[in-house]
Amino acid sequence: MNKRKITVAVTGLNNIDSPGPGIPVIRALKDSSAFDVRIVGLSYETLEPGIYMHELVDKVYQLPLPTAGSAMLKERLQYIVSQEKIDVLIPNFDAELHNFIKIQHELKSELGIATFLPSHEQFEERHKSELNKFGEKYDIKVPESHIINQVSEIKKLEDDLDYPMVIKGRYYDAYIASNYEQASSYFYKIVAKWGYPIIVQEFVTGTEVNVTAIGDGKGRCIGAVTMRKLYITDKGKAWSGVSLEDDKLMEISRRVIENSRWKGGCELEFIKTKKDEYYLLEMNPRFPAWMYLAIGCGQNHAEALVKMALGEDVKPFAEYKSGKMFIRYAYDMIVDISEFQQISTTGEYAR
Amino acid sequence: MNIRKNIAISENGFIFNPLTGDSFSVNQTGVFVLQQLKNGESNETVLKALQDEYELDAHTAEKDLNDFLDMLKSYQLSENE
Repeated sequence: MNKRKITVAVTGLNNIDSPGPGIPVIRALKDSSAFDVRIVGLSYETLEPGIYMHELVDKVYQLPLPTAGSAMLKERLQYIVSQEKIDVLIPNFDAELHNFIKIQHELKSELGIATFLPSHEQFEERHKSELNKFGEKYDIKVPESHIINQVSEIKKLEDDLDYPMVIKGRYYDAYIASNYEQASSYFYKIVAKWGYPIIVQEFVTGTEVNVTAIGDGKGRCIGAVTMRKLYITDKGKAWSGVSLEDDKLMEISRRVIENSRWKGGCELEFIKTKKDEYYLLEMNPRFPAWMYLAIGCGQNHAEALVKMALGEDVKPFAEYKSGKMFIRYAYDMIVDISEFQQISTTGEYAR
Repeated sequence: MNIRKNIAISENGFIFNPLTGDSFSVNQTGVFVLQQLKNGESNETVLKALQDEYELDAHTAEKDLNDFLDMLKSYQLSENE
């Protein structure tokens, strides 16, 4: 079968110990039976390993940091498309999505770049700070959550929540506090790193189970694969995991994707209690770093996303294989300083 | 006791529960019991088979089998009854 030649731009090349999903997404696209993909890597830092993975990434351009705003991002992308055509762009960082969502229509109409992103409303409603409302709206159990801006508010919450409680940052970091002293110390620690507000959450005991999924934005769940982490790093990231066969979890996940009419890739993080109840902890608005496991299970979500971004209809995957494991590994690449120099000084890199 | 249908049991005693992602190893006696249960045999039949296969007295066989069945239940390897 003749594969269609397309160029896909991908962010999240930070294949480090707390990895971004870029490299797994690229590997999934390289495995596609429909596309012959040229990959344009989009980086933020000069030491993102993906920049130097020549067998996976054909050309790299550095992007302005998300704090620079959507106008700067658009300007940079205008330059990139003046160098080469980009058919589809897949952003993979939570922090950059706001900008990409904001300019997604301009990207298509002015630069010819297709994306497949959720709407601003969909992106906002699944924020950690909105979890209570999200659970109510889509009839899903969530741990009781409170948003606070002052450490003294933890004391007031002790009437509603027992210790241990979970202290979380708005975007990153979570700690389990067993008493007020710990809770207040975590409060300051997260504020110093990520700022306000802080989320105080009920601690639900059980096993963490995760889902990588993709929705078509019209109320269909195109694919979903469930996984349990088998080995967790000190940063809480999965270093190994196994795909599950859990009908109830699949039903709940589908319900979230279908009812929220989610558009694009996402990750759902649940706690399964001993009573077989599932509590949604988070819905991340992009593929997880372990999304390549879905390929091993027979579902290529990245390929499906590209097809939908190009306006093609995709049939939902009917099944996947359980008992497939992923095991990450660390690998040292040898890179000449001239390569590092090229990306550092010009903001572009090609071998 | 009914073993969950999707539980994978290999000949060398490796068991994978796709519902939870747990995996276990059992010895040959464990494989013997699990295979009988997976074939739909009743607890009584398995007990008799266990006694015959390993030349056990009724008391020992019953105690060992019950311990093993409790363990299967606690690891969610059995169907909900």
